[in-house]
Amino acid sequence: MPTVSEIMQTMEYGPSVEDSGAVRDWLKAHPSFGHFINGAFTPPGRTFPSVNPATGEDLARITQGTAEDVEAAVKAARKAQPKWAALPGHARAKFLYAIARTIQKRERFLSVLESMDNGKPIRESRDADIPLVVRHFYHHAGWAEMLADEFPGHSAIGVAGQIIPWNFPLLMLAWKIAPALAAGNTVVLKPAEYTSLTALAFAEICQEVGLPKGVVNIVTGDGETGAAIVASDVDKIAFTGSTEVGRAIRAATAGTGKRLTLELGGKSPFIVMEDADLDAAVEGVVDSIWFNQGQVCCAGSRLLVAESVAPRFEALLQRRLAMLRVGAPLDKSTDVGAIVHPVQKQRILDITAKAVAAGADLIGGAPAEACFIAPGYLRQVSPANPAWSEEIFGPIATLTTFRTADEAISLANNSSYGLAALIWSESATVATDLAASVKSGVVWINGANMFDAAAPFGGMRESGYGREGGRVGMLDYLTGPKVRPASEKPAGPLTAALDGAASGAEIDRTGKLYIGGAQKRPDGGASYRAASGDLVPFGNRKDIRNAVEAAKKAGKWAAMGGHGRAQVLYFIAENLSLRRDELAKKHGGKAVDAAIQRLFYYAAWADKFDGLNVQTKPGYLVNVIPEAFGTVGIVCPNDAPLLGFISLVAPAIAMGNSVVVIPAQDDPVAAFDLAQVFDTSDLPGGVVNIVSGPKDELAAVLAAHEDVAALWYCGIDGAAAVEKASTGNLKPVWSFANRDWTGAAGQGRAFLDHAVQWKTVWLPYGALPAGTGSIVY
Amino acid sequence: MSAMTPNPGTDLTPEWFDQIRINTPAVERRAASLPARRSLKKEWQAAWILNAIRCIDLTTLAGDDTEDRVARLCAKAMQPIAPDQLAAMGVERPTTGAVCVYPTMVEAAKRALGNSGIPVASVATGFPAGLMPLDLRLAEIRYALDQGADEIDIVITRAHVLQGNWTALYDEMRAMREACGPAKMKAILATGDLKSLENVAKASHVAMQAGSDFIKTSTGKEGVNATLPVSLVMVRAIRDYQDQTGHKVGFKPAGGLKTSKDAIAWQVLMKEELGDDWTRPDLFRIGASSLLGDLERQISHFVTGRYAASHRLTMA
Repeated sequence: MPTVSEIMQTMEYGPSVEDSGAVRDWLKAHPSFGHFINGAFTPPGRTFPSVNPATGEDLARITQGTAEDVEAAVKAARKAQPKWAALPGHARAKFLYAIARTIQKRERFLSVLESMDNGKPIRESRDADIPLVVRHFYHHAGWAEMLADEFPGHSAIGVAGQIIPWNFPLLMLAWKIAPALAAGNTVVLKPAEYTSLTALAFAEICQEVGLPKGVVNIVTGDGETGAAIVASDVDKIAFTGSTEVGRAIRAATAGTGKRLTLELGGKSPFIVMEDADLDAAVEGVVDSIWFNQGQVCCAGSRLLVAESVAPRFEALLQRRLAMLRVGAPLDKSTDVGAIVHPVQKQRILDITAKAVAAGADLIGGAPAEACFIAPGYLRQVSPANPAWSEEIFGPIATLTTFRTADEAISLANNSSYGLAALIWSESATVATDLAASVKSGVVWINGANMFDAAAPFGGMRESGYGREGGRVGMLDYLTGPKVRPASEKPAGPLTAALDGAASGAEIDRTGKLYIGGAQKRPDGGASYRAASGDLVPFGNRKDIRNAVEAAKKAGKWAAMGGHGRAQVLYFIAENLSLRRDELAKKHGGKAVDAAIQRLFYYAAWADKFDGLNVQTKPGYLVNVIPEAFGTVGIVCPNDAPLLGFISLVAPAIAMGNSVVVIPAQDDPVAAFDLAQVFDTSDLPGGVVNIVSGPKDELAAVLAAHEDVAALWYCGIDGAAAVEKASTGNLKPVWSFANRDWTGAAGQGRAFLDHAVQWKTVWLPYGALPAGTGSIVY
Repeated sequence: MSAMTPNPGTDLTPEWFDQIRINTPAVERRAASLPARRSLKKEWQAAWILNAIRCIDLTTLAGDDTEDRVARLCAKAMQPIAPDQLAAMGVERPTTGAVCVYPTMVEAAKRALGNSGIPVASVATGFPAGLMPLDLRLAEIRYALDQGADEIDIVITRAHVLQGNWTALYDEMRAMREACGPAKMKAILATGDLKSLENVAKASHVAMQAGSDFIKTSTGKEGVNATLPVSLVMVRAIRDYQDQTGHKVGFKPAGGLKTSKDAIAWQVLMKEELGDDWTRPDLFRIGASSLLGDLERQISHFVTGRYAASHRLTMA
């Protein structure tokens, strides 16, 4: 050991290792774990070790959950659920509060256990993970308390199957369990096989606070156990993990009616504008991709830097990189700890090697023994480089330069993911514009990895759907008022009539599709006989392709703003009323009147579906903003050809989406009649596109189309197929039963909830530093 | 650890700072995480505390200062830690980095410090407000030098910063630099008056361009004195100036450091943002009077394992 005098010369930090005695005692008392089912631990079954990745030592043995174990857990959860949901909100709140308090009292223990099991630096588990866990349970104790008042008409979904990753083990557990319990659900949760220990410690806390048996069940194991949960009799699956597994879960749950939320991978852009505080941005890199060894799904991993400041930014970045300390996770002076598992380490090295082979320069990033990799970044990464698109999930960023703001946005959005985006600019004008332009569920302006239980978190595109946190997150664990399904008229036989067949009208008429604001002959040149006797166009996959293309070009619709869109919807209603009598003869007066009313209803909503400003921490302006998906596919019931159509199209376009609609198969004439009304009502071309034809065949094309961002499917039988086909770009599919469209279930906020995706924009503020008169500090 | 070469300064070069953008919340976050990222235990903690003592400008700047009071302070500066405790650690006697007094007390301080080698720093230029005619401020510098001061802690005209009048600020400090002659010039920016961090950064650059050897946060008399966020901005300016000129300028936080924890946090800031050179007294000073007591207490605890009562420690 160096002497005091020697240290005064070297000014080194020396070791400062967090005491792990209490955790080691606990592990000694628990050499192997069973599952936590129905309030008790089961005897261990077939076990595997949970390994400390920094040292390679086995910490404990964990049981590999079988399908029978999962079944027992689901059964316990099922049994407990009605009673749990029936408790007054205050009673559930007291349990959640007790959990928060107990975790808070055990912060040190849980931080150490997390760092030992996962490899993350103790500073992070101590200062980030565990405080956020506590905050999450407190926040949701509040939602439990207020549930009846704040979500009238809503009830718990039932039993939630929850599968979480290894990068933030206890925090992801909190994100899953707290809202589920607050809403009255019971859960079966599977922690990741690398990092089950804090979940098992949490199970003990559930016992200690006297949580009713079966409300929380924890089954450990690997992906097979996860698959068993997905296949089990649960009402909802909530998954956080890789996009690949997310796809498999979507496919496996297709048609089962299980609610699904997915929080998947990311390759989040980190945009440094020329007017950025470069030191702040460099520190942002430290807090993003060099945080938690880069094993962060929302990490700003694609650095996009304005050419004019790139050299200085890189100089500062490299200097900062050199100061990071890689080492023992339990050392309080460690910045970068161990990668969770050798498999992950190898994966990081493989992708990095591929990137270098493709022409990138690697700065830093050297592997060390055991599970350690030095942080680093890849320079000169173009979008053609594999490291541009592949999630490295390690402490290696990529760096690419851009020239102008529009190019920054193009590069930022050149990704199949859409989880987070980081924007560095000292101009509020520039930063908020970029925030509106990036495709991501979370935007951090001049900051990185900012989280709070009140701020919804979740992705767009192939980063998944659903939100965790705040009011919006609660909705993913609640179900709205029950809708009485109405049987849907089975579609009649559909035979293509040869092109050129007489229409039978007084003046011979050609049935045409409505695409891009114009009438288009169907690609196949064929028609079919509608129930009304009219010949209507027989659309095919190419027509869907053309319609999606046209919808994409109608991008300005969203930019018109709520008031502008309301004006158009009112104008459609006005023009529809002009033609009321004529259309009433064809489609029924009641339907036309109801359609006019519905247009008014969604015109009213167009400028009132507000976002929220949420209470996170002082000094942060956090806005949660509803954004249109872009192009939404709508598959109408084979019923209520006029009212069903307008009941679905109006809310979707009111929120700024463009739609490709498959109208009632048997009777699409009403839709084309409406198209004529659209044409006279200033609706921009391409906002509504109508392709008639075989419902499920066309729906499958829409479901698979990667430029369709969301799909609404009315019908029961075809839901499985479209949900399965949606796995390509992981579009959210809302499938629902046909209903009485004239009744209350035919309109409402639920339609709008499915027409938007939420974007949470964080903007820290503060003109002056602490103590000098700022309101913030 | 040779004495640093004096900073010759440059012509006024606003392009080095006029584009500077500072995000205050980001600075606050970094300042909050810096001390949490590094931890010192046992020998390392003792060594860093002793190093902080080496870097203290032990200060008395009060209206009731007397020569005897200054002499007592100097005695403490020469022996900040009890010899038995130093012996227990096997450390040679450290002294504080300097003693800092008003110009009229320089002579007394020099006398008291004798040949200890501890420099005497004198505040000057109408400390603390600096609102005296320039010729009188310059005359005060010359007076302090005549009295034997080795270092001059000057104050700037805050109005020049608040009005963005960089030429006036530069010219005034250039004149002061001339007046300081061979003595080190330490420029007090009075950051609590400048308020915005961009003001602090720009004033730091002008001060260095005008030839300051140190830039210093505060007089100790502003509403807010040295804070970590303000210090972070100043040390980054020092880094940028070094990148431009190759010259190393020192940093002196003053008036905000009260505890050993503070002393360690600031040293971590220096090491992490500027490097080990800036943990030595030739580039890092702490302007403080009460801090030393807590540093002593921590050293005493390290040596004895007991918490010391302040009446058992040598009073300054």
